[in-house]
Amino acid sequence: MNTKNIERWSPWLLLFGVVILWQTITSALQVSEFIFPSPARILEQLVEHHLVIAAHAWRTFWVTLAGFGLAIVVGVLLGFLIGSSRVAYAAVYPLMTGFNALPKAAFVPILVVWFGIGIGPAILTAFLISFFPIMVNIATGLATLEPELEDVLRVLGARRWDVLVKVGLPRSLPYFYASLKVAITLAFVGTTVSEMTAANEGIGYLLISAGSSMQMGLAFAGLLVVGAMAMLMYELFGLVEQHTTAWAHRGSQGH
Amino acid sequence: MDSAVETPFVDFQNVWLAYNEALWAEGRFAVEDISLQARRGEFIAIVGPSGCGKSTFMKLTTGLRMPSRGSIQVDGQPVTGPLKISGMAFQSSSLLPWRTTLDNVLLPLEIVEPYRTSFRQRRAEHVERARALLASVGLSGYEDKFPWELSGGMQQRASICRALIHQPRMLLLDEPFGALDAFTREELWCTLRDLHAAQGFNVILVTHDLRESVFLADTVYVMSKSPGRFVVRREIELPRPRDLELTYTPAFTDIVHELRGHIGAMRKAGAVINQ
Repeated sequence: MNTKNIERWSPWLLLFGVVILWQTITSALQVSEFIFPSPARILEQLVEHHLVIAAHAWRTFWVTLAGFGLAIVVGVLLGFLIGSSRVAYAAVYPLMTGFNALPKAAFVPILVVWFGIGIGPAILTAFLISFFPIMVNIATGLATLEPELEDVLRVLGARRWDVLVKVGLPRSLPYFYASLKVAITLAFVGTTVSEMTAANEGIGYLLISAGSSMQMGLAFAGLLVVGAMAMLMYELFGLVEQHTTAWAHRGSQGH
Repeated sequence: MDSAVETPFVDFQNVWLAYNEALWAEGRFAVEDISLQARRGEFIAIVGPSGCGKSTFMKLTTGLRMPSRGSIQVDGQPVTGPLKISGMAFQSSSLLPWRTTLDNVLLPLEIVEPYRTSFRQRRAEHVERARALLASVGLSGYEDKFPWELSGGMQQRASICRALIHQPRMLLLDEPFGALDAFTREELWCTLRDLHAAQGFNVILVTHDLRESVFLADTVYVMSKSPGRFVVRREIELPRPRDLELTYTPAFTDIVHELRGHIGAMRKAGAVINQ
């Protein structure tokens, strides 16, 4: 097995190692499943309750995507606004940074008052937590423009809009795709957190109800599923990034 | 048309520029009292130490900056804003990495009038012209490559093509060959010489390579550092077409040496002032 293969399989090897270690320790020490279930027990529960888990997972999945979609729209628009105008950048950026520092879980009770229990708070929490990286990355991509290139275009009578569309937007695309990877995982966090207190469906709800009935295996199975979904989406956007903006990922050794 | 021949194409009359009001009030100017006349099709080189206001001069000529005092006319018209009849290229090629070489060269046509309005309808025509232009600088076969697949010299050739695609009357080059190795640089001198000979546009070349300026230009201006002033104007009478061999002749080296003397004297004077 050469180095490249080892590198490729290393995450799986590590995961496998951790699971084995986990199983060994829980078996050897006979840890109670109500405290810390073994991987075998979690798998057992996953299979046993697969229909229930799948239903909750589907709910969490589409709610996350809805919030994430909203985050893309708002993030791109806001990013475009503050990246294309210095005044807007100066005005909006500090406020946004302050907003981003707030724990989004703290919004859930307020959202429940406004929208009631259900998908409303979950979608909005997913949105609130994930639009920030998208906005910042779009703005950064737009704001970095070589002065020489700007001169070349301005002398031709280019309007601000031309420069934004021909240069700024394409340039910010790699930043945009990179931010999608981060944002989608954050969106899953938002949905799950919100569902824990403000929903009767979804993985977050499953975690709370399994926990309160001491079904630790089921709770861990829920965690496993939400983690797997987030990773899958991360990898998906990673692929999209590689295929749409190859020019930004060229190796230094050429093609 | 006799009068058109007599009026200079580029005409700077006692031009001063301070970058903002505070600097103006302090009397600190980026360029001072610049006067210059270039006839149609003339190749001008401006040499001087780094940071002497050469690039400021370019901004003034293209109308990206307005003079604080004095007047600038190009082609008989006062310069009031960005001058579309000019094309610019810089030391960094600043090609867009997501566009092919061909699409990079076509970029100005998507922006500048009158090409802009009919760009889509007449695209085939423009593509043909861009290919011809790229071929004339030795880039045929590279049209569909991306800039990062080209060498530094090739990128610079493409950048010059981008500056020329809208058939400007005036080409402004700010140390375009500064980042290239000596052999590539000399190749590009010849490329530029041939383009100028074939198309007859005006060139303003900013450089700190004296051999480059003497080889290419009709007139060399030496600029002093802060404040930027023209201290010497030297016409290069060497016959055209000029061959690279010329750079090894005594006539050529004498001129380079003479210009070098002016710059040396200026640096010495500067050192005295600094003490």
